[in-house]
Amino acid sequence: MTLTTHLPALQVVVPMLTAPLVVLMRVPGLAWATAAVASFMAFIIAVSLTGAVLQGGSVIYLMGSWPAPYGIELRVTSFSALLLLIVTAASTLTLLAGKRSIDADVDPEQQPLFYAAWLLAVAGLAGIVVAGDAFNIFVFMEIASLASYVLIAAGPDRRALPSVFKYLVMGTIGATFYLIGVGLVYMMTGTLNLGDMEARIQEVGDLRSILVAAGFITVGLALKAAVFPLHAWLPSSYTYAPHMVTAFLAACSTKVALYVLLRFDFLVFQQNLPAHAVQFFIFLMPLAVLGVLVASGVAMFEKDLKRLLAYSSVAQVGYILLGASLGSVMGLTGGIVHIFNHALAKGALFLAVACLGARIAQLQLKGIHGVARHMPWTMAAFVVSGLSLIGVPGTAGFISKWYLVSAALQEGTVGLILVAVVLVSSLMAVVYIWRVIEAAYFGATPSSAKPAGEAPPALLVATWVAALANIYFGVDPSLPLTLSTQAATTLLEHLP
Amino acid sequence: MELFGLYNYWVFAIVLMTGFYAVIAKGNFIKRLIGLSIFQSAVFLLYITMGKVDGGTAPIIQEGVTDQVYSNPLPQVLILTAIVVGISTLALGLAIVVRIKESYGTIEEHEVQSLDRSS
Repeated sequence: MTLTTHLPALQVVVPMLTAPLVVLMRVPGLAWATAAVASFMAFIIAVSLTGAVLQGGSVIYLMGSWPAPYGIELRVTSFSALLLLIVTAASTLTLLAGKRSIDADVDPEQQPLFYAAWLLAVAGLAGIVVAGDAFNIFVFMEIASLASYVLIAAGPDRRALPSVFKYLVMGTIGATFYLIGVGLVYMMTGTLNLGDMEARIQEVGDLRSILVAAGFITVGLALKAAVFPLHAWLPSSYTYAPHMVTAFLAACSTKVALYVLLRFDFLVFQQNLPAHAVQFFIFLMPLAVLGVLVASGVAMFEKDLKRLLAYSSVAQVGYILLGASLGSVMGLTGGIVHIFNHALAKGALFLAVACLGARIAQLQLKGIHGVARHMPWTMAAFVVSGLSLIGVPGTAGFISKWYLVSAALQEGTVGLILVAVVLVSSLMAVVYIWRVIEAAYFGATPSSAKPAGEAPPALLVATWVAALANIYFGVDPSLPLTLSTQAATTLLEHLP
Repeated sequence: MELFGLYNYWVFAIVLMTGFYAVIAKGNFIKRLIGLSIFQSAVFLLYITMGKVDGGTAPIIQEGVTDQVYSNPLPQVLILTAIVVGISTLALGLAIVVRIKESYGTIEEHEVQSLDRSS
């Protein structure tokens, strides 16, 4: 037994055990440094786990060597490796870059507590991804959610508080729905391990309870994932959170809920419930299409920069679901690779917004007129990642849209409508990204405003790292594509 | 009788919906948190009920006793964790309400909204 065999457990344990240590660090800067180091270690672990998955398939870890289903099993598949990379990379990049930004938003007295909550959020999100049984997923989901409520409530604007209250109420209802669903499945099968559940549902005679459970679990997780029309908590939470928290959570928190949703529905329910696949697709596809169109439409008329990008996030969740609801390997690959590419694009956009936020107090469209003259590098990064969000060839966003459109074209008449939806919403994305660019590049600088300099170097470097990653994974998408294709194949392999 | 045998599940559904109604219908933040607590308590009842076996006792193996029926302890352990999660959520929710009261001077949702609109 070497240390490397324990990597799946360490992925969760490292940030989780560092969190209480960070609380004790009252020296300014020390809490930040420790949190950044712990987050970076988690990122290294995620990279080596991804390497192991690419070489030898899923990594399975038995807690205390108790065999599943009696013991607790951690399971790192290609799908989870992709999510682990997103979570740890987003956390590390925002922490390394964001010290000045967090100093401006959070009172120094409270910073150790803030960083502890940050690490707990990382531990919770990583825990959801590696956990192999339904109840541990619930516990980690609540750890991650409670920590993110604290992070969002740290926002300097008092409107953060009612928004986070709304998020807390809706998030708890979502988690409780999930818990009811898990309880019903446990009642019928007597197991909580996802793999074991999958096998035992086949022995259940009366499937009505399982069907009800599928409903509860899907709705509960859809609430957590901000699937339209259950997205009401998302825009204001993202708007009033500290900039760095927005960049971190926008990159990963809703995606992790989508991960659980896809895993539960495809692996546990679809192969066992007759016609469940069709019910799932018929239920989710209209929601996905409506989400894509309505949220993009709202973003076109939004005046607040962060709220505009938050509505765009709701639309992107729609794309991911659209891919999943096509039910083909190609569609699912497109959805999963869009989880990765959207994390890149939206993370970079919110980092660029944080750069603007370091110099401008009011992030309204009218407040950023002519800002590109003072902050050319920030706005250039914004343009690059905006292009990736739209899906211009050569950027990461193009890869996932290509897959979505190709998969939709295989579906006949419905597919043509879906292609039209993707094209229309991409044009809507052009409109809302263009409104920001127009204001920043062509707006007249207000005479009263004093010229703001370029953003702090650390923040700017991180923004460019994220923006260039959008280009890199647009030119050479082999890593996310390999992982997503494997993930999609695994999710669909048992389906008829 | 079938209906009476499902008594606990009826109570579960009624308590669940009572809590859910309070969360949706009430504008007072504290009342909504109380509703949320009731909502979660209903799930505790669901889990405890499914672990109960008729005539079952605590699952402790005794020497010489072989024909004893035991209740399933696992749902009770699970729900102990869920109760802890529920308490943490309630505590965090109340802390947020305290801060809303400090910065807005009210804990009624419509007053908070009108304050936000006027500012």
